[in-house]
Amino acid sequence: MAHSAMSRRSFLNLAAGTGAGVALAACGSSGPGQGEGGSEATYWYLTGAPGEQIRTNTVNRFNKANSDSQIKPTAFENDAYKTKIRTAIGAGQAPTIIWGWGGGGLKSWVDAGQVDDLTDWFAQNPAVKDRLFPSSFGAATVNGKIYAMPCETVEPIVLFYDKRAFDKIKAEPPQSWGEIMSLVPRFNAAGIAPFSLAGQSRWTNMMWLEFLFDRIGGPEVFQAVFDGEKGAWSNPASLDALTKIQDLIKANGFVKGFSSVVADANADQALLYTGKAAMMVHGTWTYGSMAEEGGNFVSGGNLGFMNFPPVEGGKGDPSDTVGNPGQYLAISSKASAEQKETAKKFFSTAVLDDTEIGEWLDTGGVPIVKGSESKIASSKAPEFLTFVNETASKAKVFAQSWDQALSPTAAEKLLDNIAKLFQLSITPQQYVDNMNQVIGQ
Amino acid sequence: MTGLAPPAVRVRPATGSAGGRSGSIAWMALPALAIFVAFGVIPLVGVLLLSFTRWNGIGAIHPAGLDSWRTVLTDPGLPHALWVTFLVMALSWAFQTPMSLLMGVFLAGHQRYREILAIVYVVPLLLSSAALAITYKALLDPNFGLGAGLGIPLLAQDWLGRSTLALCVVVFVVSWQFIPFHALIYQGGVRQIPVTLYEAAQIDGAGRIRQFFSITLPQLKYTIITSSTLMVVGSLTFFDLIFVLTEGGPGDATRVLALDMYKRGFQANLMGPASAIAVILVLVGLALALLLRRLGGRDASASQQEGM
Repeated sequence: MAHSAMSRRSFLNLAAGTGAGVALAACGSSGPGQGEGGSEATYWYLTGAPGEQIRTNTVNRFNKANSDSQIKPTAFENDAYKTKIRTAIGAGQAPTIIWGWGGGGLKSWVDAGQVDDLTDWFAQNPAVKDRLFPSSFGAATVNGKIYAMPCETVEPIVLFYDKRAFDKIKAEPPQSWGEIMSLVPRFNAAGIAPFSLAGQSRWTNMMWLEFLFDRIGGPEVFQAVFDGEKGAWSNPASLDALTKIQDLIKANGFVKGFSSVVADANADQALLYTGKAAMMVHGTWTYGSMAEEGGNFVSGGNLGFMNFPPVEGGKGDPSDTVGNPGQYLAISSKASAEQKETAKKFFSTAVLDDTEIGEWLDTGGVPIVKGSESKIASSKAPEFLTFVNETASKAKVFAQSWDQALSPTAAEKLLDNIAKLFQLSITPQQYVDNMNQVIGQ
Repeated sequence: MTGLAPPAVRVRPATGSAGGRSGSIAWMALPALAIFVAFGVIPLVGVLLLSFTRWNGIGAIHPAGLDSWRTVLTDPGLPHALWVTFLVMALSWAFQTPMSLLMGVFLAGHQRYREILAIVYVVPLLLSSAALAITYKALLDPNFGLGAGLGIPLLAQDWLGRSTLALCVVVFVVSWQFIPFHALIYQGGVRQIPVTLYEAAQIDGAGRIRQFFSITLPQLKYTIITSSTLMVVGSLTFFDLIFVLTEGGPGDATRVLALDMYKRGFQANLMGPASAIAVILVLVGLALALLLRRLGGRDASASQQEGM
């Protein structure tokens, strides 16, 4: 029959299309790559308020001040950016200036020889290096060499809470893990979810483990994993932390249906500012959007913030924190000498200039520049910014987020298992066994 | 070429020039063939080759023999992904076929307002999968979605957060999107059935239901096979909708094979194992299409209207 033959053919197209999709995507080069012999440098970064506008403003100021060296910016949405930049780098179409999170992602670019070593440049331009937080260089350093310029803001992860919810049940913010656990039934009884969590995004769950691991066993526990020590996840502290988080889930510590909530849509923040949830562990970057979207929640002084509390009997220092020690700009090794020159000029004259510092402060971010205290005091949100600045600068250890620190391969496995752990579909022991198998990858 | 000339066709009916015509129009397949080779066959070969290498998407490609295959075949994630793919395929087939069959029969009839209803039914087909997924995700949100908004606790389930529910939601949304398409196919099929059959049945005293099971259904045999093939093979490549709706979650409850391939390739940067899964996907698809063809194709040359 005619249509039987047709269905087979159309099937072949479908089947082959699957493969074609992979291969095509692998060599896709849509988007502006580097023009042949172009002297104009290119710069890719993330969309989203307020960062996108601030980044664009900085580029515009640079272009206005330097008529002979121009930068062409292009912005991409967060999740799409991660795959897009990698595809572009793989295809030799990378922009001159590559925005990133440093750590494991940067290391994979370094291993492939795709980004330039900036160690010598920093040595020749000590003024550029010395004005930035020294802690921000950790995630820019691979094998003792600096491959990226730290930029933008420091973003520790903190415990946000709704003061209205605590007034309602007449309680104080938790000072220990035990207090967290005893607050859970009280909030649930009052019809308020204890914690907001965007569980579908996975890295949001990871932030909880980052703190529990540190508070219980100290920074050495994850450091051993990062260093690829065999069986590092089997540390008793890690089993303790994994059990504690499952206890919190079983006690209904997180908002109902948290596995369906997504961070990209800021639904987790909405739960906090609409009064449906009492607390939220999240990065300080959420302050800006809560202030903007939450009505009078932030301006009315209802948002409280504190560092993650200690765990009874834990070894970790309560001042320790995790998060993004900064954002990073790398230079593509495939760029022309002229483009690289423009990029370096951009780094030394435009990145984090006084105007940009002011813009970050106005939107609730603490730039990674030393001596911002006086500017913080005169900013729109001095209380919050001082808190962020002190959390970041007084931390004994400022650890990079696990998924950024690890290689993309290990990070995917990690997030996958964390999702299952929070789903209660694997036990802490199974988590440990699964993760031990991929250590050092 | 002469066969294509209008006068020749007009003068001589098809019988005399059938052979010559099929010979001279073979070139018409060439453009499609060229595109198929360029975007189908060549990438397929590339993926097959990549499955024997180690590559992280950037940097050099290292030959790795059977490493990727060993990784993929020993990973407990593979049988799970295959099982989820099969579930999505079987459930969406079982849900879509009766629904679209009934709708197709209805659309082929002559009821009042039929045309208006037909347009309404086809609307889901016009929407992009990504937009659909985002909309459903917002509607199903347990805290801000339909249930919370209307104050109906029954609708405020953790739709995408519990394994079984999430799978059901995926099957439902997929079906919701594709039922109109298959209904259109069935509508065409039903219209082909000669009216004389129904008239004869009516004289013999057969009721509506009897007519449906004894005439409509058997006459639609090949339409059902076509539509099923499209459903089954199409469900192997479901990606966009599931990716946006659940990202394969919760945990790995809705991680179908296509999603597993993407996650390994573009999130974990393991192009070797991802290519191996792509090859498995192609093989499974081929096997299924062949099987379906066998099911309906044994008497492929037989007419549905024998004895008429």
